[in-house]
Amino acid sequence: MLEIRIHGRGGQGNVVAAYLLAAAAFEVNRYGQAFPNFGAERRGAPVTAFVRIKDSPIKRRNQVQTPDFLIIQDEALLHVPGVLDGLKPGGGILVNARQPISGISNDFTVATLPATGLAQKILGRPVPNTALLAAFLTLTDILPLDALNQALGRRFQGKILDNNLALIAEAATQVPQAAWADLQTEVA
Amino acid sequence: MLEALEGSQALARAVALCRPQVISAYPITPQTHIVENISKLVADGKLDCEFVSVESEFSAASVALGAAMAGSRAYTASASQGILLMAEVLYNIAGSRVPLVLTCANRAVSSPLSIWNDQQDSMSVRDAGWIQLYCADNQEAVDTTIQAYRIAERCELPVMVCVDGFTLTHTLEGIDVPEPEQVDGFLPAYQFSRTLTPTNPISMGTLVSPDFYPEARHSHHQALLNAATEIIAADEDWGEVCGRRYGGLLKTMGDPEAKTVILSMGSVLGTLQASLQEYPQQESIKLVQLRCFRPFPRQAIQQACAGAERVIVLERALSPGSGGIVGNEVLAALSEVETRPQLFNCAAGLGGRDIPLDIVPRLLDAASQATPGHFQILDVQLDKLPQEDR
Repeated sequence: MLEIRIHGRGGQGNVVAAYLLAAAAFEVNRYGQAFPNFGAERRGAPVTAFVRIKDSPIKRRNQVQTPDFLIIQDEALLHVPGVLDGLKPGGGILVNARQPISGISNDFTVATLPATGLAQKILGRPVPNTALLAAFLTLTDILPLDALNQALGRRFQGKILDNNLALIAEAATQVPQAAWADLQTEVA
Repeated sequence: MLEALEGSQALARAVALCRPQVISAYPITPQTHIVENISKLVADGKLDCEFVSVESEFSAASVALGAAMAGSRAYTASASQGILLMAEVLYNIAGSRVPLVLTCANRAVSSPLSIWNDQQDSMSVRDAGWIQLYCADNQEAVDTTIQAYRIAERCELPVMVCVDGFTLTHTLEGIDVPEPEQVDGFLPAYQFSRTLTPTNPISMGTLVSPDFYPEARHSHHQALLNAATEIIAADEDWGEVCGRRYGGLLKTMGDPEAKTVILSMGSVLGTLQASLQEYPQQESIKLVQLRCFRPFPRQAIQQACAGAERVIVLERALSPGSGGIVGNEVLAALSEVETRPQLFNCAAGLGGRDIPLDIVPRLLDAASQATPGHFQILDVQLDKLPQEDR
């Protein structure tokens, strides 16, 4: 079972990102579970969501305490206490950032994607979630990108869908294919 | 076919499949998006139903009561303070013995203010005279909602389907939403026997003198006890249709011969199952999912705990100044058996506190240290409290 924790801010589509990732698992006959760690939500406040992906039904409902991967939708959240808590040694952190990031910890593998800029360019809005998911799936190879596209197609339509599909295609080219594939077997 | 759905989305579709004619709801906090999703189905023309947005939960329950009395299949949903604000009407609904289904998306109750999950809300109205069914996962919540209408209509009693807020309502997972034909076959069109109509006038909810009040209460109590048969039958018959059964009044898992039983209600059962797998114990353990809390299945609990040396009741609410609510009732039930197991009672996951994966070893540890019969809240950090409250 793979466990992923997504950190973002209210308005960045954190919960939707978690739902899409779990939903994508069902597109390839695997099982997913996603839920938010809700607080009193407001735009800009730090929010967290959890995702599990497994080959059989998922029973547990406790919060993800020892994730295999982190997806960080806002670089500044790296400085918020607790964000890296529990990440398995060797685990991967995908950060929405314009520049490569160094100095987090040698225990983890870090990748970056300028997701806000890409989203601004293609969607016309600074919503980085689908771009990050595309990069995450490309890096880890845990699910085919097409599964994400299909999950997106069940939730959105029209221009929003088309633009996000374009964003996903573009974001997937920005990170090395399957660079974290071995990482995954190591941590999982 | 499994679809990836949020609990509240799936529940909205399950309610729609039951073809309700009137839905009333107060759409503001602490409402979940069950009714929001239903309102979309109505707006999109996918559900032909009168959707009434009201100004409070008191009115939401009142509209549902009126609609049910006028012969409509009715529905409402609420949680937390909303359930408390409905309380007076909930008693009226049950006392009037009208069929109605309400989803309680279980949440903590103020004060202090909390928006998160526990089961204090539905527990607070356990004596209102409703049937109460607690669901372990979203699939069970969908299937139980469909069963609830049949139970309600056959027993002429309201059914509260209790679904853990956030833990289930906001969780996306794989859910098989039944086909309309399946539900239509199971749940035919219904005519309430005491429908208010000008052609056959009757009085309901009138003043009842002491000459009749105890008889009314006895009859209500007896009707709830009798409902157990219909609850079991609905689970069995719906199981014939969809292939999923939930044990009727309760479900047992694990070693049937185990000397230790852990009994709980709602979504924590999934974590308990995973905990048993991740933390294998030397002693074998049986899990009991208490699905039906009202009527309270005394005999089924006695059977499920037969042969056990100790029973650990894990609950999601409490009666301050007394202790466990479920625990006390289980204790009373077990006091009637010959070889009575020791009972340990604790509450966990209050106000959204995460129930961790190592819950089983934690429970066993707490039970081994506690005096039997003593109630405690698990995982309380006493150093956060003033000395006199520790």
